[in-house]
Amino acid sequence: MRPLTQEETNTFFDKLSKYIGENIKLLIDRQDGTYCFRLHKDRVYYMSEEQLKIGSSAAGECLVSIGSCFGKFTKSGKFHLHITALDYLAPYAKHKVWLKSSAEQQFLYGHHIMKSGLGRITESTEQYQGVIVYNMNDLPLGFGVAAKSTLACRNCDPMTIVVFHQADTGQYIREEDTLT
Amino acid sequence: MASKQTVVDSILTTSPSIPSTTVENAALIDIDEGLLMSSNVVHDLKEFRQNTETVLKRISRDATQVLFNSLWQLPVEQVEGNYLITLPEIKMWLPREKPVPKKKPLTKWQEYAKGKGILNKKKSRKVYDEASGEYKPRWGYKRANDDTKQWLIEVPANADPFEDQFAKRQTAKKERVAKNELHRLRNIARAQKVKAPSFNSMLTLKALAVAHKSTASIGKFTEKLPKEKPSKFTGKKRKFEPSIGNLMKEKEKHLQMLEINAKKIPTIDVTKATNRALREEERSKTQERRQSKKTPKKLRGKKAALGGEKVRKGGGNKKTRGKRRL
Repeated sequence: MRPLTQEETNTFFDKLSKYIGENIKLLIDRQDGTYCFRLHKDRVYYMSEEQLKIGSSAAGECLVSIGSCFGKFTKSGKFHLHITALDYLAPYAKHKVWLKSSAEQQFLYGHHIMKSGLGRITESTEQYQGVIVYNMNDLPLGFGVAAKSTLACRNCDPMTIVVFHQADTGQYIREEDTLT
Repeated sequence: MASKQTVVDSILTTSPSIPSTTVENAALIDIDEGLLMSSNVVHDLKEFRQNTETVLKRISRDATQVLFNSLWQLPVEQVEGNYLITLPEIKMWLPREKPVPKKKPLTKWQEYAKGKGILNKKKSRKVYDEASGEYKPRWGYKRANDDTKQWLIEVPANADPFEDQFAKRQTAKKERVAKNELHRLRNIARAQKVKAPSFNSMLTLKALAVAHKSTASIGKFTEKLPKEKPSKFTGKKRKFEPSIGNLMKEKEKHLQMLEINAKKIPTIDVTKATNRALREEERSKTQERRQSKKTPKKLRGKKAALGGEKVRKGGGNKKTRGKRRL
């Protein structure tokens, strides 16, 4: 376990800012204690100071997970967000997409979102903007990337993909053994 | 033959249902058999304007007919029941798309050989293999007289009897390959007029880097020359911050990074701004057009009569508007 290097922090914050913009500040600067990001086995974990102190007493090889996993660095140095980060992204989301109840299951099975399943979308969402996906009861289901801007969404075919799937809460069941 | 030809001709001339193959003004049509191309030109422009379609049809028919006529003049071969014509050389050469490739610079050996007048001797691709009694490739897979496949090597008379002859052969091969690679790289460097570091100087630099560290204290107290640069041949150690260090400092650092990143992101949405600018421009243009249309006809005449005096519109620099006369 170690802190992120300058370069890693940059790529990590870049990715986070696609979803929550400048609200990353609220994750770092918290009133209820000091929180930090740590890298362990190429994965980035978000934890409080107490958790860090307890966790650092364990040997690196034995440590499976600590705090909550935000995602992982790929071998080529890119950062991928994991579904476990949803709890921290959803409250600060800048751009949101609401799903119709009929399309909810499709998304939770790992499919992209079609125009037909789109309930609502935040105004002024740009193409390739990171979006958090909610159902109509405002329950966060996952996140993805806008395949079309809000304007382009209005006049497109019902079968065109509007949001690319990245992670959904269904992964808690589908990828139970690999999620940390 | 002649009688046959006359018969065909007479049939062609007498029966009106079969269109003829003769073309008027055939000499005026350019043909390039090599490209299977013929080009015809309209001569009577007046007629062309009057009935374009028919003229175009006639011209293209003539051109095609002339091309086919000339193709049949060429010697015809018959291969497996098919008639083949070997097309002649192209007359109209098209310019090539890409520039002519540059000549490859000569290698050092090629230069030397040129100077000495040494020519390549062509060797046959296959060689007689005595062991199998067959002709086999000179080199490569399943080559003839392959010395790597020998199961026994005789120890030379003056050699050390405990030396591994197989290993010796292998290292010799590896060295030859390495030498060739070095020469190849040197040739590339020569061609690009870059001074490649000599093999020996590289070795000495490497040896120096090793020697620097070859003390009991791993080079900690090795004296350095003034202005000595750090060696290229020493590895770099990765350095990370301590896992439990000053968390407040780390937080500050992260916040600072976020601020810097926020400054980098442009606050203006470029596509939106350009769209707005375009729309405004369009709007102003349409307004202008409307205003110019609205000027009544009476005024237009007066404007001309006044001469010189221009109607001043609100425009130009804001600061100097209305003050320019001073």
